Amino acid sequence: MSKGQLPRWVDFGLLPAINLIAAFLVSGLVVILIGENPLEAVKWLVWGALGYGEGVGFTLFYATNFIFTGLAVAVAFHAGLFNIGGEGQAYVGGLGVALACLAMDQFVPWYVTLPMAIIGGAAFGAGWAFIPAYLQAKRGSHIVITTIMFNFIASSLMVYLLANVLRPTGSMQPSTRGFEEGGQLPLLRHLFPAFDLGQSPVNLALFVALIACVLVWVLIWRTKLGYEIRTFGANPNAAVYAGISPVRITVVTMLISGALAGLMGINEVMGAQARLLLDFTAGYGFVGIAVALMGRGHPIGIILASILFGMLYQGGAELAFEIPTITRDMIVVIQALVILFAGALEHMFRPAVVAFFDRFAGAKAVA
Amino acid sequence: MLDVIILVLDSTLRLSTPLLFACLAGLFSERSGIVDIGLEGKMLGGAFAAGAVAYWTQDPWLGLLAAIFVSVLLALIHGFASITNRGNQVVAGVAINFLAAGLTVLLGQAWFAQGGRTPQLDMDWRFSPITLPFAESIQNVPFIGPIYADLLSGHNILVYAAFVAVPLTWWVVFRTRFGLRLRAVGESPQAVDTAGISVAWLRYRAVIICGALCGFAGAYLAIAQSAGFIKDMSAGKGFIALAALIFAKWKPVNAMFACLLFGFLDAVANLMQGQSIPGVGEVPVQFFQALPYILTVVLLAGFIGRAIPPKASGIPYVKERT
Repeated sequence: MSKGQLPRWVDFGLLPAINLIAAFLVSGLVVILIGENPLEAVKWLVWGALGYGEGVGFTLFYATNFIFTGLAVAVAFHAGLFNIGGEGQAYVGGLGVALACLAMDQFVPWYVTLPMAIIGGAAFGAGWAFIPAYLQAKRGSHIVITTIMFNFIASSLMVYLLANVLRPTGSMQPSTRGFEEGGQLPLLRHLFPAFDLGQSPVNLALFVALIACVLVWVLIWRTKLGYEIRTFGANPNAAVYAGISPVRITVVTMLISGALAGLMGINEVMGAQARLLLDFTAGYGFVGIAVALMGRGHPIGIILASILFGMLYQGGAELAFEIPTITRDMIVVIQALVILFAGALEHMFRPAVVAFFDRFAGAKAVA
Repeated sequence: MLDVIILVLDSTLRLSTPLLFACLAGLFSERSGIVDIGLEGKMLGGAFAAGAVAYWTQDPWLGLLAAIFVSVLLALIHGFASITNRGNQVVAGVAINFLAAGLTVLLGQAWFAQGGRTPQLDMDWRFSPITLPFAESIQNVPFIGPIYADLLSGHNILVYAAFVAVPLTWWVVFRTRFGLRLRAVGESPQAVDTAGISVAWLRYRAVIICGALCGFAGAYLAIAQSAGFIKDMSAGKGFIALAALIFAKWKPVNAMFACLLFGFLDAVANLMQGQSIPGVGEVPVQFFQALPYILTVVLLAGFIGRAIPPKASGIPYVKERT
C-alpha cells in the first residue's frame, strides 16, 4: 500500500461511516435547537422503524423505492453523469406501469400483468431520460440542467394527464381509477402470514428491486458494456481513444438509469396504491441521490443505504407522532446533511484519515 | 384593451422580481466558476428568515437583513464544500435545497406551530407599495398616464431594487477590476492564480454576493409579495431563475429580459386559466407552467442560438497536484 492510499475497507466502510456520523451529529444539533432531546428522538426513530412488525414492513416498503432510485443515480454516476431527473423519470415511469395495469387488470392475473408493467415502467422512465441524454451526447447541453428541467416538465405533464385525461368521469380526485386484482402486486403480509408485517404495503416489488440490484452488479462489473461505462466515467478522453463511442455510452447509460427510476412505479403504483396518484413520487427520486452517494454506487451499499433511509422515513413518521415538534421534515434535513457530508464534503475528512493511516503504516514499517 | 395589457404587465413585473434577484445571484456565482443549483434553497431559507424576523421585530428591514444573513450562510456552506473542499458543486447545491426545504418547515413548526408557516404579518411590517411622484396628477393623461400610474408606480421598494440591480450588476461585472477578475476566474482560474490573485477568495466573494441577492429574492417572497412565509413558497422559482440565467447567456441585461419573459409567461398563465384562445381552444395552464423549462431545454440544445457557460464552471480548482 503506497502513501496516500487507503485500504479498501477504509474507503468503502470507515469514510462513509465517518461522513454519516457527522451528518447525524449535525441532525442532533438541529433537534437540540428545537428544544428536544436527540437521544429520545433516536429512540423513537429506531423503535418506529424496527420495533414492531408493521414498522419493519413500512421500512422495507420505503427501502424498495430507494433501491430503484438509488440504482438509477448510481448507474449514471458510473458513467460520470449526474442524473438529477430520477424524480421525473419515476413519475413518468409510474404512468407506464399504470397504463399496463389499466389495460390488463380486468382480464389476466397479476403475474401476467407484472412483466408488462415492468416493461411499461422501464420504457417510460427510459423514454423520459432519453431526450436529456441525447441532448447531452449530441448537442452538448448539460445533463444536470436538462434533467432538472425535465422534472418540472414531467410534473406539469402528469398534472395535465391526471386531471384531464386519466381521471375517471365523475371523480373529483386527480388520479386514475383503482386497479382490479389483476393489476395489484401481492402484499408480503398475505404471502407470508407467518411474519407479522401489520398493515404495511411492502410487496413483491421488493424482490424485483433485489433482482435489479443483482442485474446492475452484473452489468457494471461483469459485462463489456459495464466496463465501457466505467471507463467512460473514469476518463472520457481515454474512452474515446479506446474506441468507445461517447454518444452511445451516454445514451445507453441514461436509458438504463431512467428505466431503473421508472421501475419505482412497480412498488408505489402497482404494489401499494393500486392507482396512479398525483405526486406519488413524493421526492423519492431525490432520495436516490443520497442513497447512491452513501452506497458508493455499489448495489450492496445501495441496499444498506436504502434500508437506512427506509428506517428514517418510517421512523420519522413515528417520531413526528410521539414528539410533535419534530415533524417529518426532519427526514428531509437528515437527507440534506447526508448528501452534504457523503457527497459534497466527501473529501473533508479524507486528509486526516490518510495522515492517520500513513503514520500507522510508517510505524509498522519501522517495527 | 390597454387595461388588460397593463394588468398583465403589472403582474409580470411582480412575478419577475424574485426571478431577477435570483438570476443575478446565479450570475455572480456562475461567472466565478461555481455552478449553483442551490438558488432555490437559498431563496427559501431567506424567505423563512424574513418572515420570522419581520414578525418578531415588526420591521421589514430587519426581515430583509435576516434573509440576507441566512441566505449568505447557506451560500457559505456551498462555498465551503465546493471551494475549500473541492466537492461536487451540483451535489452541494442539491444538499442546500433540501436543507432549506426541511429546516424552514421544521423550525417553522417548532417555533410558530402553524404547519410550517410564519404568522401573518400586518401591513406595516411588510414592504408596502410606493406611489411614484406625480402618479396621481398625470393618471388622466391618455396612454402615458395609466402606464406611469398603474404599471410603473405602486410597487414595493424591492421591485425597484431588482431593476436597479441590473445596471449595477452590469457595471460591477464589466466595468470594475473585481468584475474583470470575477469573469477571469470563471474562464481560467490558472491565469488568475498565476497573476497572484487568490482564486478561493475571489470565488468566496462571488458566492457571498450570490447569497445576498438570493436573500433579497426570499425577502420579496415572504414580506413583500405575501404576508409571511409559507411552506415551499419558492416553488421552483430558483430553478426558473437558473433557466433564465442560461437563457440570458450569463449576461445581466439579457437576464432582465429573460426574467421578464418568464414572469410574463406566468402572468399569462394566471390570466388564461380556464379561458380559451380563439382558433386554438383552451390551452392547459400546465403548458404555460412548463414553457420556461421547455424553452430552456430547446435553447440549451442549441436550436435558438448557443448558450455557452463560463469555461471553468463546475470544475473545482486544484492549485497543484499532489
